[in-house]
Amino acid sequence: MYKIETEAKGLVSHGVNACAGCGLELVFRTVIRALGEDTIVIIPPGCAALFSGIDNVTNIKIAGYQCNLENTAASAAGVRAGLDAQGNTHTTVLAFAGDGATADIGLQSLSGMMERGDRILYVCYDNEAYMNTGIQGSGASPYGAGTTTTPAGKPTYKKDLLKIAIAHHIPYAAACSAANLPDLEKKVKKAKDAKGPAFLHVHTPCPTGWAYPPGKSVEVCRMAIETGAWVLYEYENGRITVNRKIKELRPINDYLCLQGRFKHMTKADMEILQNETSCRYSELLASEG
Amino acid sequence: MAQYKMLDGNGAAVQAVSMADVKVVAAYPITPQSPIAEKLSDMIARKTMDAQFIRVESEHSALSCALGAQLTGIRAATATASVGLALMHEICNAVSGMRIPMVMPVVNRALASPWSLWCDHQDSMAERDSGWLQFYCENVQEIFDLMLMAYKVAEHEKVLLPAMVCFDGFFLSHSMQKVLVPEQEEVREFVGPYQKKNFWLDPADPVFINDLISLEEFTEMKYQMMKGFEAAEKVFADAASEFESRFGRKLQMLEGYRTEDAETILVGMGSMTGTMKHFVNEQRKQGSKVGAVKVTCFRPFPAKQMKALTQNAGRIAVFDRSAGLGTMGGPLFHETLSAVGSHMIIKNYIGGLGGRDVSPATIRRMYEDILSAKTTSNVPVWIDAKEHPMEIREVLRYV
Ligand SMILES: Cc1ncc(C[n+]2csc(CCOP(=O)(O)OP(=O)(O)O)c2C)c(N)n1
Ligand code: SF4
Ligand SMILES: [Mg+2]
Repeated sequence: MYKIETEAKGLVSHGVNACAGCGLELVFRTVIRALGEDTIVIIPPGCAALFSGIDNVTNIKIAGYQCNLENTAASAAGVRAGLDAQGNTHTTVLAFAGDGATADIGLQSLSGMMERGDRILYVCYDNEAYMNTGIQGSGASPYGAGTTTTPAGKPTYKKDLLKIAIAHHIPYAAACSAANLPDLEKKVKKAKDAKGPAFLHVHTPCPTGWAYPPGKSVEVCRMAIETGAWVLYEYENGRITVNRKIKELRPINDYLCLQGRFKHMTKADMEILQNETSCRYSELLASEG
Repeated sequence: MAQYKMLDGNGAAVQAVSMADVKVVAAYPITPQSPIAEKLSDMIARKTMDAQFIRVESEHSALSCALGAQLTGIRAATATASVGLALMHEICNAVSGMRIPMVMPVVNRALASPWSLWCDHQDSMAERDSGWLQFYCENVQEIFDLMLMAYKVAEHEKVLLPAMVCFDGFFLSHSMQKVLVPEQEEVREFVGPYQKKNFWLDPADPVFINDLISLEEFTEMKYQMMKGFEAAEKVFADAASEFESRFGRKLQMLEGYRTEDAETILVGMGSMTGTMKHFVNEQRKQGSKVGAVKVTCFRPFPAKQMKALTQNAGRIAVFDRSAGLGTMGGPLFHETLSAVGSHMIIKNYIGGLGGRDVSPATIRRMYEDILSAKTTSNVPVWIDAKEHPMEIREVLRYV
């Protein structure tokens, strides 16, 4: 066993090797703080693996392991079953994966886990591209976003991951944001006590991949909410609740213009995205209740 | 008291898993392994086996679940065949690299393409460098026995490597045979309770497993695995003598059959070795000095034992049940050749692919060919191919 030399504050060490201004770091710290040490965490490759550590140094005082890119949910399901078999029903099994590991290559194992109803808390931090491998486009990259594999802007819409999760009739699913940590913490605590799979989809700003100054992560992420590009809502006991209703959505351009990744969007493209954003927001409001 | 049961190969694997205190099973159906997944889920549902069953959506997830489960400090199981094993490939390496001593029955079936439901060894041969021990079974009793041996060897602290127990699809998986099954208590005493020996997941004593490794340590970790394989030979031998004293059956990594004075030796693996022994007996009646080597343990490959068993022979015929494309022969040939050297005449025979039966006639053809061979050859003989193979479904118009 490794010896833990110092009792640093909290369960995540200070000074991790994420980029300056990384939204993921905020999200990870918040989730781990809310769950406490009776947790086992499964992390696939991606930026979250920065918390796994390198060599014999880890950044977290939480039991866990780094799985493969496609099998976060299956790995967590195995751990849950192993604990259950030994009568341990108290430990939270946390799957913590990026949008690529969740919406794309890991979608199959995630779907299997949710359909079976395994008691897993699955957190997808969505930075809307494969950041760790160099900002390649993912199924969760938004329309128009420039990435290294969508250099002219992504020609298709963002995959609606949360709707996919909800389609599995799981007990709890919610959209969260790095711009609203109290809301995230509240949802983590709810999710922890769910009677089956709980899925949290967290909008996670990434200064490196989205191309904005590192000091503006929260501002950018907040603007996503103001414009309806990201909507905070919950699915609980079969009902959808929009947590933060916006009286009048700000124009989508207020969000896009803060980031370099949208800089080549044409007016026509922006209109397409504006339409899609407004429609999705009204649809969500209409599906409440 | 041990009792005889009529079991097919899948049934024998299930019997062993269910007696080995396995706590989590995750399995995905594939011909000819499906009865293993069905039977285990049935036993768990009826509570005749005290374990959790995870009804996974793929083999990739099956092995991933088993990996996660075993890391919590219990025995976990899965089983697969063919393309299912190929789908697991990535996780096979994760399991061995994390030094998780999992035991997995592999029901040998050809890999697509073309699609075939039937037996050959291409699936497990493609995993021969994935860091798993590999045992191959001659008959149904051996499936049960080698499963128990696999737990014992894999979990030994000097080994800590996962193990595949490979057996021929349909020829063994669906063949009903008489199997002597010991009492649960006897199995428990032999296999022992599962002991967490390397890393495990425990929130009260947290460790983060399997993070990124720099070039400083990667080589050394692979070296440690190599040492595990090295240790496995002695551990296997010790476990086999304990097995023999408890259960009365002798298991060897390599079995030499009438090899002492043999001038010609046939080498094979899996169910075909029964036929080889039968052939040897027939030939011996006519005074031919022929013997056979059955390779039970392909990983680690017991090279020294192979050399010792064959040193006095003049001719060796190696039968591979996988094609060994693009090289001088199949994997078993390569292993045998590097173990024994080429001071005798040694040749490779490819056959039994995609379910083609390795009959006494096929073995006779191989025997006649090796007897007439003038030198060692690096060109394999496709011993049971039809006469004009290029005329079947034209592959290249201009050949
Ligand atoms: C099977 C497989 N394919 C590709 C990779 C390479 N890879 C590592 S991380 C990654 C992207 C992960 O993206 P995401 O899940 O969104 O996490 P992020 O890097 O954005 O934090 C890829 C493609 C891999 N590890 N495994
Ligand atoms: S690339 Fe983005 S997500 Fe990854 S560490 Fe940097 S800021 Fe965080
Ligand atoms: Mg990402």
